[in-house]
Amino acid sequence: MKDTVSEKLLGQSALRVEDPALLSGRGRYIDDLPVAAGTLALAFVRSPHGHAAIRSVDTAEAAQATGVVAVITGEDVAARTRSMTVGVKADVECWPMAVDRVRYVGEPVAMIVATDRYLAEDAADLVVVDYAMLDAVVEPVAALAADAPVLHTSLGSNLINERRFRYGDPEAEFDAAPHRIGIDVTYPRSACTPIETYGVIASYEPGEDAYDVTSNFQGPFSIHAVVARSLNVPGNRLRLRTPPDSGGSFGIKQGVFPYMILAAIAARIAGAPVKWIEDRLEHLSASVSATNRQTRIEAAVTADGRITALDWDQIEDCGAHLRAPEPATLYRMHGNMTGAYDIPNMAIRNRVVLTNKTPTGLNRGFGGPQIYFALERLMDTIARHLGLDRLEVIRRNLIPAEAFPYRTASGALYDSGDYVAALDRAVEEGGLAELYARRDKARAAGRRYGIGFACVVEPSVSNMGYITTVLTPEERAKAGPKNGAQATSTISIDPLGSVTVKVASVPQGQGHRTVLAQVVADKFGLPIDTVRVLADVDTMRDAWSIASGNYASRFAPAVAGATEIAAARLRDKLAKVAASQLNIAPDDVIFEAGRIGAAGNSDNSLSFARAAATAHWSPGTLPEGVDQTMRETVYWTPPELEAPTAEDGVNSSLCHGFIFDFCGIEIDPETAEPRIDRYVTMHDCGRILHPAMVDGQVRGGFAQAVGAAFLEEYAYGPDGSFRSGTLADYLLPTVMEVPDPVILHHETLSPFTPLGAKGVGEGNCMSTPVCIANAVADALAPEGDAPEIVLPVTAAKLAPLIFGDEPAPQEPVSETKTEDTAGGRKLTGEGRAVVQASREDVWRMLLDPATLDAIIPGSHGVRKVGETRFEADVTLGVGPVRGRYKADIDLSDLDPPNAVTLSGQAVGALGTGGGQGRITLTDTEDGTEIAYRYEAQIGGKVASVGGRLLDGAAKVVIGEFFRALARHCGGGASSGALARLRSLVDRVIKGGRS
Amino acid sequence: MPRLTKDETHPVRFTLNGRPVSVRAYPRALLTDALRHEIGATGTHVGCEHGVCGACTVQVDGEPARACLMLARQAEGCEIRTVEGLNNKDALSPLQEAFREHFALQCGFCTAGILMSLDALFSPQPDAEEDAIREALSGHLCRCTGYAPIVQAALAARNRIKGGPIDA
Ligand code: FES
Ligand code: FES
Repeated sequence: MKDTVSEKLLGQSALRVEDPALLSGRGRYIDDLPVAAGTLALAFVRSPHGHAAIRSVDTAEAAQATGVVAVITGEDVAARTRSMTVGVKADVECWPMAVDRVRYVGEPVAMIVATDRYLAEDAADLVVVDYAMLDAVVEPVAALAADAPVLHTSLGSNLINERRFRYGDPEAEFDAAPHRIGIDVTYPRSACTPIETYGVIASYEPGEDAYDVTSNFQGPFSIHAVVARSLNVPGNRLRLRTPPDSGGSFGIKQGVFPYMILAAIAARIAGAPVKWIEDRLEHLSASVSATNRQTRIEAAVTADGRITALDWDQIEDCGAHLRAPEPATLYRMHGNMTGAYDIPNMAIRNRVVLTNKTPTGLNRGFGGPQIYFALERLMDTIARHLGLDRLEVIRRNLIPAEAFPYRTASGALYDSGDYVAALDRAVEEGGLAELYARRDKARAAGRRYGIGFACVVEPSVSNMGYITTVLTPEERAKAGPKNGAQATSTISIDPLGSVTVKVASVPQGQGHRTVLAQVVADKFGLPIDTVRVLADVDTMRDAWSIASGNYASRFAPAVAGATEIAAARLRDKLAKVAASQLNIAPDDVIFEAGRIGAAGNSDNSLSFARAAATAHWSPGTLPEGVDQTMRETVYWTPPELEAPTAEDGVNSSLCHGFIFDFCGIEIDPETAEPRIDRYVTMHDCGRILHPAMVDGQVRGGFAQAVGAAFLEEYAYGPDGSFRSGTLADYLLPTVMEVPDPVILHHETLSPFTPLGAKGVGEGNCMSTPVCIANAVADALAPEGDAPEIVLPVTAAKLAPLIFGDEPAPQEPVSETKTEDTAGGRKLTGEGRAVVQASREDVWRMLLDPATLDAIIPGSHGVRKVGETRFEADVTLGVGPVRGRYKADIDLSDLDPPNAVTLSGQAVGALGTGGGQGRITLTDTEDGTEIAYRYEAQIGGKVASVGGRLLDGAAKVVIGEFFRALARHCGGGASSGALARLRSLVDRVIKGGRS
Repeated sequence: MPRLTKDETHPVRFTLNGRPVSVRAYPRALLTDALRHEIGATGTHVGCEHGVCGACTVQVDGEPARACLMLARQAEGCEIRTVEGLNNKDALSPLQEAFREHFALQCGFCTAGILMSLDALFSPQPDAEEDAIREALSGHLCRCTGYAPIVQAALAARNRIKGGPIDA
């Protein structure tokens, strides 16, 4: 069989088969799918607190609300499920809905099933949860302190796993090396948050005890086992399907799985299918984020900059629960912790801690940004420390081309590469010399301009066994080895001879269907548009395995590879069928232009369709030894992906691409705003199957990395309150912030994958943040020690480094301050007002419910419940975020008629508020002066979405209170007095008198 | 305007891509929900429901508008145009074609809104400068493409559109 026609389409940028539908509004995303008649809507009640015990959940009022079919609590869920599997050996449970304690803002506490989404959300506001507040901990290092609040009491502490690793002889190398150079690195939390949020449609058939779940889940399908176990059913009673289109994922949609469990249970309890589409606040506060990590990294370095050993100490923050597949973020890179460098000795200490933040999960770059930020900042530091050229230090340590395939200290087998050649080409073709000239010129003009570098090994096709490195070798031996990365592909040919490809790759925009059509069309000598490809999954009908899905950049190396193998097998079969009809040897058959024929004799041929149809229409005529199945399913797993060894060596990924980036960054001399002047990124991702899509992946990853470097951070208050609940708070880069990088390629084919391809989707998420940080460091400190760079690098962070700390104002400029304390977002202020009434009168009014009702802004009634206690119903709002609160007001330290302390707590569906104010009354010429000083805190939803507006709003609300009091007291005041009062009130509203 | 009651649906009539439509909607129903779930025009997407991402952008009387920030009721009597109205029968418009050729979409979730903004830009201004194109795009979040291919596609479409009427 001659291979004369293949590889025609592959390697070209074919137009995407996905696009006509997507460009015309005919995509089929989860929220577009038709649902069964009678499908109900699901909405969640979520925790407004970072850490609290649940005293009670009162669902009575919600259950009576219009349209409500069921109100379901954590206990209802727990009664019908099992705790979700946790990936480490630890005495801890992991429920999809809080049972007796909430541990992060946004944690589900109850759910409502109702006839539509609006009504379900209305009813969610009526569920009354009584919380007992607990101290929260949000920083991983603080979480390890002996007196830190403990999230899971059964664990005894917040440390859920610790492991130490030793490869080679690191201690000896550190003893022998002339230099020991180390840095501390704080990597913040962010997420590649997609534009489409989570969605789940679920139903339950009691007759078969079977769940049917459709979700824009992205895999890995090992999670199918986690969900089925939690639902307490065998795998064949959980049919999991994905929609044909998905609006981006970047890892994040792995984290939808707890909601599959919840929606499935809701459908079961409601006795009807349910549908849930997550909203943006839910997504930002409670879907999934990358881990934040605290790292100490040290290197043993020779005088000429060669690194002989590394010592890592990593503290990984996985949020409130260790949810599958965590702590995978910490272990995905385990084999390549030495990066692109030839470093034979290494020690690693890994600790996983839990904090009062959203649980973490998959996120583009998975584990890479965290380690490369540390490693490449260290490379920069080493060069500075030794006074060497940074590029030279990198070059000296790179793995040489002749060393491939190269086994790293911690066990990865790097498949291919020529790092030095790729780097040299990038320097040349990317114009590094010119960039240096630009820097020199800028600096000569007194501007701050820096150049940064980063070298990264980009792993792809994860070994499903890598996560077991978190277990000790003994635990692993007991549990049995885990390894491999099965990819599946099915190709079938129908009776009319047309070809269908079915894979379980669940793309979220990566154009899988186009590339597979290329692969198969090439193999069969067919035009690309004759091949149809399906890439969504139905676990009851399709070939799939635990590694199925769209993650770890496995498509091109694994899924396209498996498809290539399936196509080759079918082609062999067809060659035999055709050969017998053409009277030639199968080896002489060629596939070309829709025909199968004799090489060198175009007259002797038959149409592809006719040959393929033979097996369907006349199986009896097939030649000896050829069976009639026109369908080939391949399960492919690479033998290189072995289970971790007894020495903790692990080949954590099959493929290892290479990236070398450099960039120039200028910091604005007036605003301290950093700006990318030029960015060059060189990639070796093995064989390029579709150049435009590869560059699309590079650009997309780069843009997300620009966000992580300059803009994005999941912001938490010290009390665990969540501060970035809208896209106006959690800022994604727009067209204005993302420059177009110079993209270069250097191809060294992977010997381990069928097509020679490697993954490419995640590299810039690993390389770009640190490349930018290195450039910023160079701009701030051209030589000597650089300040610590913590992402995101904002003008606010750079300004003090450039201009020095802002001088403290001589006198307080404003009476209102905001401060983040352990108590939450705290507002303090003070003010005065003069009213036309005697002290005694004012005093009486302050203690009178009717007066309070009249002067409390938004009051719907004040009741006196004790001598000094009142209850009030109030409506308060910030912009459109308006909500009704129940407030408890307590008067204390009474000194009639001179002073009183007023404390209040308000709880409502939109969040919580609390405050204390001391009010003092003094006589003035024509009335009483009321002076007040207050302290207020705000938490819950309102802090997540309205944080930007709160300070001003609090001032206005408190001002309104006193204005109303003044009005109330001022009846019968003379007009002159009224004018005076007005000016006083104005001052109150502007923040009082200084 | 007739008085609306909160617990009842009321008829809302507008023109959608040139065709008169009528839906019943609660007074608080968003235009996005009415379009997507009542009419079944699911090409308009919802990414944030608070006016930032731009995925829901449609044209209201020729002007781009965030459908998630409009009540269905506010569309009464308006001419609404959505991505479904861009095609020329079964063929792609020059703008859509340029998006395809420049790989200016990946997941496609942001695309409808972007197309509607660009279409609204080019209709009165077929020779819009790159700055104006970027300005129009700055109200849209795309998480997949890194924007450069979108800018390229818009420039290519502009050059093509300049040659003839936009719907040709
Ligand atoms: S959905 Fe309307 S702007 Fe995001
Ligand atoms: S193409 Fe996916 S968000 Fe723009």
